[in-house]
Amino acid sequence: MTASRTLEAESLALGYRDRAVIDGLDLAIPPGRITAIVGANACGKSTLLRAMSRLLAPREGRVLLDGRQVHRMPAKELARVLGLLPQSPIAPEGITVADLVGRGRHPHQRAFARWSRQDDEAVAAALTATGTLDLAERAVDELSGGQRQRVWIAMALAQQTDVLLLDEPTTFLDVSHQVEVLDLLTDLNRDRGTTIVMVLHDLNLAARYADHLVAIAGGRVHAAGDPSEVLSADLVRGVFGIDSRIITDPATGRPLMLPLGRHHILVEAGA
Amino acid sequence: MTALARSTEAVAIVAGARRRRGRRATLVITGLGVAIAAVFAVTLMVGHTFYPPGDVIAVILGQEVPGASFTVGELRLPRAALGIVAGMSFGLGGVSFQTMLRNPLASPDVIGISSGASAGAVFAIIVLSAGAAEVGVFAIVTGLAVAVLVYLLAYRGGSAGTRLILIGIGIAAMAESVIAYLLSKAGSWDLQEASRWLTGSLNGASWAGAIPALLALLVLGPVLVGLTRSLAALRLGDDTAAALGVRIGLTRVAVIVAAVGLIAFATAACGPIAFVAFLSGPIAARIVGPGAAPLIPAGLVGALLVLVADLCGQFAFGTRYPVGVITGVLGAPYLLYLIARTNRTGGSL
Repeated sequence: MTASRTLEAESLALGYRDRAVIDGLDLAIPPGRITAIVGANACGKSTLLRAMSRLLAPREGRVLLDGRQVHRMPAKELARVLGLLPQSPIAPEGITVADLVGRGRHPHQRAFARWSRQDDEAVAAALTATGTLDLAERAVDELSGGQRQRVWIAMALAQQTDVLLLDEPTTFLDVSHQVEVLDLLTDLNRDRGTTIVMVLHDLNLAARYADHLVAIAGGRVHAAGDPSEVLSADLVRGVFGIDSRIITDPATGRPLMLPLGRHHILVEAGA
Repeated sequence: MTALARSTEAVAIVAGARRRRGRRATLVITGLGVAIAAVFAVTLMVGHTFYPPGDVIAVILGQEVPGASFTVGELRLPRAALGIVAGMSFGLGGVSFQTMLRNPLASPDVIGISSGASAGAVFAIIVLSAGAAEVGVFAIVTGLAVAVLVYLLAYRGGSAGTRLILIGIGIAAMAESVIAYLLSKAGSWDLQEASRWLTGSLNGASWAGAIPALLALLVLGPVLVGLTRSLAALRLGDDTAAALGVRIGLTRVAVIVAAVGLIAFATAACGPIAFVAFLSGPIAARIVGPGAAPLIPAGLVGALLVLVADLCGQFAFGTRYPVGVITGVLGAPYLLYLIARTNRTGGSL
């Protein structure tokens, strides 16, 4: 799966009923890389992800996958190239891991067609890659949060798409499971060349794991680029409205943002 | 172990788990089919007069058997056939709604579609003094109209879950009050016929009444069964299903039209047999196991429920009760249980 797919948004305007969320946004996702989208609460990060996976029709502008408008592509064809893991997918009561992961094969199956050898292989590969093969016969609702998130990622992997969008894949996870999930996504990107686009809450995890950082504010792209180049105190003020210091993480060499509140501060802001 | 051996083993694990699920489904469908055949046979043999299997088979093969030809051929056979057709229609329609809306309470008989169809039928009987065919048409049209009304009232920017159920329960109450009002105005000669539309009954089943319901099942049943995989994907949430390539809007419209059509045609033939649509899906899910969208099993469970309940209603008690009374007695406690459990688990439906 080395086909590098291009995914772009052109002068996109999005909203729900009378509320505009995104207005005049342009964005190009670098193929074969990991992109993290960050921004304040309710800035339209998830809305943007929904529009890119055509769950939401744009008011203006368009989303292009390999130059084709995603909103005009046949649903199953798009789902074979571009996958999305929403923020809170629902696991039916009692469903087993293998059964749930198998649902990822939907875009590859016809209504009355039998389950194929290829389907089994895709599911097995997805379970293996996410380290959930041992859980195959377990019920999803018995699993821990981290295991459950790996299972959902396995479902998206079974879909075998070249592009994978994830809406806050680390929410509700403790720090070890957050790192575990992001490591897993990095493995996928490195081993298969899958283009990964994820909305992340944690700016520091985004700066660590992303090759390309996109900061959204005021319905537009505030800044985009290599985290080491774009992450600055100015950016943090512009996007989150808070003073901060940016240092280099001695362990990873990536930028690390330290927010400055009103208390416990020993140095001047911006020093 | 080599990488190849590991991946072969992984495929074997996945294929094994899938085959076990498949075998269980096949076993359940076969078992239900056998049970339906058995109860069907008993329904044909048992009654005021007992006819041995030989006579029943002779009648089915079209031979003239004194007494049995009329009793079995004209009374019991249409009754049992209508029981199966209606049960399957209710079961399929119910489980489709419950799966699509991810809620066992979202069954057509809870959210007002059956009540709407009944209200239309009662209106036709009492106000228009209509004949059987017109009554059926009225039931179907009002059933569909109520479905559209509930959907439009609940639809907001594409999401419709709990709101749809609550609005449906409200519409059901309105339809029930319309029925009660019409009955209070009815002459005693209409009451007999109209009351069939309140509980559902197979009394007076005839081939003429059963054929439209059978045709509806033959046309609309495959539509729903063909949507099984899309419905199974919808259980993961609308966004997840859409990301898997399910066309949400189209699937919803197809499910609503096909399921309401099935329910309305069956209701037109034998009245709203209480709670069959509501019970079949959860029972089928319990037998088949979690995860799937058990459409065919739910249809079979519906047929079995109606046949067994009708047998009980006819012969288990001193008085003959219509089938809907028996299914109502079974369904009401389950409805209470679901509502009680819902409240325990946090209030949202």
